[in-house]
Amino acid sequence: MAVNQISVFLENRPGALMEMCDVLTKNSIDLRALSLSEANEFGIARILVDDVLEASTVLKDAGFVNSFVPVVAISIPDTPGGLASILKILTDAGVNLEYMYAFVGREAGSAYMVFKVADVETAESALSQKGLNSVDQEQVKEL
Amino acid sequence: MEKYYQKEIECATRDEILKIQEEKFLKQAEHVWNDVPYCRKKWEEKGVSLSDIKSLDDISKLPFLSKDDLREAYPYGLLGVPLKDCVRIQSTSGTTGKRVVAFYTQEDIDLWEECCARAIMAAGGTDEDVCQVSYGYGLFTGGPGLNGGSHKVGCLTIPTSSGNTQRQIMFIKDLNATILCCTPSYAAYIGETMKEMGMSPEEIPLKAGIFGAEAWSEEMRHDIEKTLGIKAYDIYGLTELSGPGVSFECSAQTGMHINEDHFYAEIIDPDTGEVLPEGEEGELVFTSLDKKAFPLLRYRTRDICVLTREKCSCGRTHVRMRKPKGRSDDMLIIRGVNVFPSQIETVLLNNGYAANYQIIVDRVNNTDTLDVNVEMTPEMFTDNLGEIDARQKRLSEGLKNMLGIKAKVNLVAPKSITRSEGKAVRVIDKRKI
Repeated sequence: MAVNQISVFLENRPGALMEMCDVLTKNSIDLRALSLSEANEFGIARILVDDVLEASTVLKDAGFVNSFVPVVAISIPDTPGGLASILKILTDAGVNLEYMYAFVGREAGSAYMVFKVADVETAESALSQKGLNSVDQEQVKEL
Repeated sequence: MEKYYQKEIECATRDEILKIQEEKFLKQAEHVWNDVPYCRKKWEEKGVSLSDIKSLDDISKLPFLSKDDLREAYPYGLLGVPLKDCVRIQSTSGTTGKRVVAFYTQEDIDLWEECCARAIMAAGGTDEDVCQVSYGYGLFTGGPGLNGGSHKVGCLTIPTSSGNTQRQIMFIKDLNATILCCTPSYAAYIGETMKEMGMSPEEIPLKAGIFGAEAWSEEMRHDIEKTLGIKAYDIYGLTELSGPGVSFECSAQTGMHINEDHFYAEIIDPDTGEVLPEGEEGELVFTSLDKKAFPLLRYRTRDICVLTREKCSCGRTHVRMRKPKGRSDDMLIIRGVNVFPSQIETVLLNNGYAANYQIIVDRVNNTDTLDVNVEMTPEMFTDNLGEIDARQKRLSEGLKNMLGIKAKVNLVAPKSITRSEGKAVRVIDKRKI
């Protein structure tokens, strides 16, 4: 069960990110995770939100080009080697990582990684074989 | 079946056209000599008198008129009849420098509207058609010209003027408009708005569009044709000569037929003023053969183009002009290189971007800089930074190949570039020279 991340095109100018956040705030959309990537002249904000459809629509109406991108979000054990153990599973399954970012959950000590991979299905089945279930869209609201 | 408004004259033989032109020209020369002291003085300064003008060939003896003359003579200096005989004033859009005002008698308006009627029929229009005129009405000649032409053809005319784009689309749909007249940039915007409203071209009855008053590329034509589901025809004109309809495209779309019974065209070397033979590229110069209120002889348009008399499949015999690259007023000189906005537009459309762009020219440390702001579109957006970067690079390379100079491409948010309802503001030149 992949999670839909929203990738938002941001102009390279002061205030672009703030305006995006304003739109989400005004529409009572809860931002669960955010990662920013920048190229020379523009940026992409990658976000996980509680209501993807609503968020995508209000952003589009406000002039923010965006798209859905399926990503794998998974809880990371808060122990040394926690991330490494998951990376090993993905490596063994031959899954290539395009990018990743982390966010913390509401519950104390809970942390999550978001992986953008070329092949979401392979990644998820490799993880579930090891008894690790990735977060689904409904769960994002609760994290 | 090709349709004509005035077949006899539109398909006249070369000899017949020349005969009409010479007759009208000699009369017009006499009119200018007698009634426009500003021009008479210019003739005399060049050592030319009315007695030197005996045939059409003698036109090359006459001095040119330029936009500077029109400004100098503003407002009444080039008037050919008493003001009481004039019934209308129109004015240039004033995008460059001081406005120019042009005057019309009722006969002048009639012949102007006839020219527009020829354009509408060449685009397939008849009295069965519903013609929506979304050019601005007012001082700008676009609206009044096509409005008059549409009446002459007998189309049911919807004078929406420009603006309120959703209402434009509603009228097209509800009132069954089959022909749309506006600037190409506004046509593109109407198409874009339709897309946003979730409407497909099949849902509207439009079949043809007559677009002018701006330089536009072939790529933009294809784009508009696709989004509106129509055939798009070019129309050309200048307020100084009447307005739209000086020349227009026929079904063959291989250049625009100049209404030669009203306008005599020459191509000159812009530097020497020498008349160039047919087929050579140069500046287009027009002589108004029968306008009485504002009779311009040898007016330099600053449009660079080529004329051809090759036989046209539509049956019209009037000379064709190639689509000008752009009025030289639109031309930018950046780092010594001539750049036309239409060239930039071509590259953008070829690379999958929309025709919404703005060109910003500045001078930093005595070097000209060229920035092209391009709107990101949902189609061109991807989560993959590398891919966007690569597309941007391809665009920069495409611009460099086309223009010969480097341009910086900035991707901006959708709708952040102001949409035009009349003529688009494509260029911001910040250089202080």
